[in-house]
Amino acid sequence: MSLFDKKISELHELLHTKEMKVSELVDASFSRIQQVDEKVKAFLTLNEEGAREQAKLLDSKMGTDEMRGLLFGLPIGVKDNISTKGLRTTNGSQLLANFEPVYDATVVQKLNEAETVTIGKLNMDEFAMGSSNENSGFFQTRNPWNTDYVPGGSSGGSAASVAAGEVFFSLGSDTGGSIRQPAAFCGVVGLKPTYGRVSRFGLTAFASSLDQIGPITNTVEDNAFLLQAIAGHDKMDSTSANVDKQDYTAALTGDVKGLKIAVPKEYIGEGVDEEVKNRIMEALKVLEGMGAEWEEVSLPHSKYGVATYYLLASSEASSNLARFDGVRYGVRTENADNLLELYNHTRSEGFGDEVKRRIMLGTFALSSGFYDAYYKKAQKVRTLIKNDFDQVFEKYDVILGPTTPTTAFKVGEKTDDPLTMYANDILTIPVNLAGVPAISVPCGLSNGLPVGLQIIGKAFDESTIYRVAHAYEQATDHHQNKPEL
Amino acid sequence: MSRITKEEVKHVAKLARLSVTEEDADMFTKQLDDIIGYAEQLNELDTENVEPTTHVLDMKNILREDVKKEWLTNEEALKNTPDKQNGLIKVPAVLE
Repeated sequence: MSLFDKKISELHELLHTKEMKVSELVDASFSRIQQVDEKVKAFLTLNEEGAREQAKLLDSKMGTDEMRGLLFGLPIGVKDNISTKGLRTTNGSQLLANFEPVYDATVVQKLNEAETVTIGKLNMDEFAMGSSNENSGFFQTRNPWNTDYVPGGSSGGSAASVAAGEVFFSLGSDTGGSIRQPAAFCGVVGLKPTYGRVSRFGLTAFASSLDQIGPITNTVEDNAFLLQAIAGHDKMDSTSANVDKQDYTAALTGDVKGLKIAVPKEYIGEGVDEEVKNRIMEALKVLEGMGAEWEEVSLPHSKYGVATYYLLASSEASSNLARFDGVRYGVRTENADNLLELYNHTRSEGFGDEVKRRIMLGTFALSSGFYDAYYKKAQKVRTLIKNDFDQVFEKYDVILGPTTPTTAFKVGEKTDDPLTMYANDILTIPVNLAGVPAISVPCGLSNGLPVGLQIIGKAFDESTIYRVAHAYEQATDHHQNKPEL
Repeated sequence: MSRITKEEVKHVAKLARLSVTEEDADMFTKQLDDIIGYAEQLNELDTENVEPTTHVLDMKNILREDVKKEWLTNEEALKNTPDKQNGLIKVPAVLE
C-alpha cells in the first residue's frame, strides 16, 4: 500500500506517534510529482523551497504541545485561482503569468492555521471557464486513468493531482460543476459546499453568485476533515453566510436507515450513457440494501439549466473580468500608443478564446435592448430551478444521480463546439443555480474510466451528504481503484 | 434568421475592450449566434409572475465597521504593477 493510499486520519496517526516526519511526507509528494507529473501535468507552479521550510518548522513542533493543527503536516495542492501570498497565482491565464499575490485567501489562511503544507498551484481552465482543462493558457492537464483523455474542468489539475497520488488532497472551485465534474472523471471525491459556506475572499471571481471553493480528496472522510478546516463565516466576504458550521466528521456514522432519496428522472433519462446509468442503479441498490428508501421524482426545469447558467455566469464574468486591463497587475501589452489601446491589446493578447467568448456573451446579454430578454429572463428561470429543488427537499433528504452524463472524453474531441462542451455540465449546473451543496464520489468504472455518483443535499446540510457518501463508500470498494501511471 | 450580426459582435467587443480581427469576428459571430439560439429555449417558459433570483442567500446590507487599519503598503500595492514611477502607476498619456 502506497503512502498516498492512506487516509488523513492514518497519516495523522503516523505523525503523532512520530513514525514519520512532515519533511518525509513532503519529500514523498515532490518525488511522486517528479515521477509522474510529466505525464499528468497537474502543477503550474511548485512551492519547493517554501514547502520544505514549512516542513522543517512543523517537524520542530512534533511531540510538543504546539502540534495542534487539524491537518498538521499534510501536503496540499491549491487551484491557481486561489490567492497565495508570494506564490505565483495565474488563474491559468497568460495575462497573469507573472502575478504574485500580496495576501492569502481566507481558505489559505485557514489551511495555514490547520498547519498543512502547500506543495504548489494546480492547473485549471483559464479563469475557471471550461469543462476539460483544454482552455488553460499554459498546457493541458491529462487524466491519470488514461492520458489520452481530459481530466475534466475547470479544477482538472486539482482532481488529477489527487488521483495521481501527488498530494493527499487539494482545493478546487465550482461555478457550474468545476469540482464535481473533474472529480467524477478522475475517480476522486469532490464537494461543492452550500453557497456561502466557505469564504470566497481571495478567490478570483468568475461568476460571483455561483462560485464556491471546495475540497477534493481520496475518501469521504478526508473530504469532511478538509471542509471542517475551511468552512465558516468570514467578515471579509459579504456573501459568506453567518450560520453555524456542523461537525462534519461526526456525520460519518455509516447509517442510512430510513433515509429518503429522490432520483430525478431527468438525471437518468435521455443523453445519459447506459453504462453510467447502470453504475448509478447499482449504487441505489447498495443504499437500499442498507435501509435507505428511494423514489423517482422530477426536476422539470433541469433542461433549462445550461442556457440559464451561460447567460448568468457570462454576464457576471464580463463584469468581474473588467479589472484585468494591464494597468495595475498582470502582463501589459508592448503594443500600445494610448490608454485605450493598452486596455484593448492587453486583454486581446492575454485572454484565450473561451474567456473572450464568455465576456462577449455576457456583455451582449447585459447590453441595452437585450437585458430583459436574456439576463432578466435567465434570473427568473433560476427561480424556477431553485423552486424545483425546494419542492423535492420538502419530502426527501438527498437527491441522487450521476455527476456527468458520460465518462471523460478524449483530448480535442469537443474543442471546436462550445455548445457540446457546455452540455457536459447539465447535471451539475442546476446545483450551483440553486446554491445547494453536492458531492461526487466514485461509483465504479465504465470502459476503464471512472463514473461519479452525485449526492445533492439541502442548503447548509453537508452533514447528510457526507453521511450518505460515507455509508456508500464503506459498503463498496470503488474508492480503492487507482489509476496506473 | 441570424440573432447576432457581425457588426453587433464588433460593437460588443468594443464595449468589452477587446480587439477582434475580421477572422475572429466571423468565428465569434457563428459561435455566439449558436449559443444565443440555444438560450432562446428559455422563451418556452412563462415567467410573467416569477420573481428573479439574483442571489440564493437572503442577505441584505452586510456591513463591516468602518475602522482604519493597515491593509497594503504602497510597495505591496504596486508589487505587480507592470510600469511604475515614484510610487505611482504609469500609463500612456491620456491627454495629448
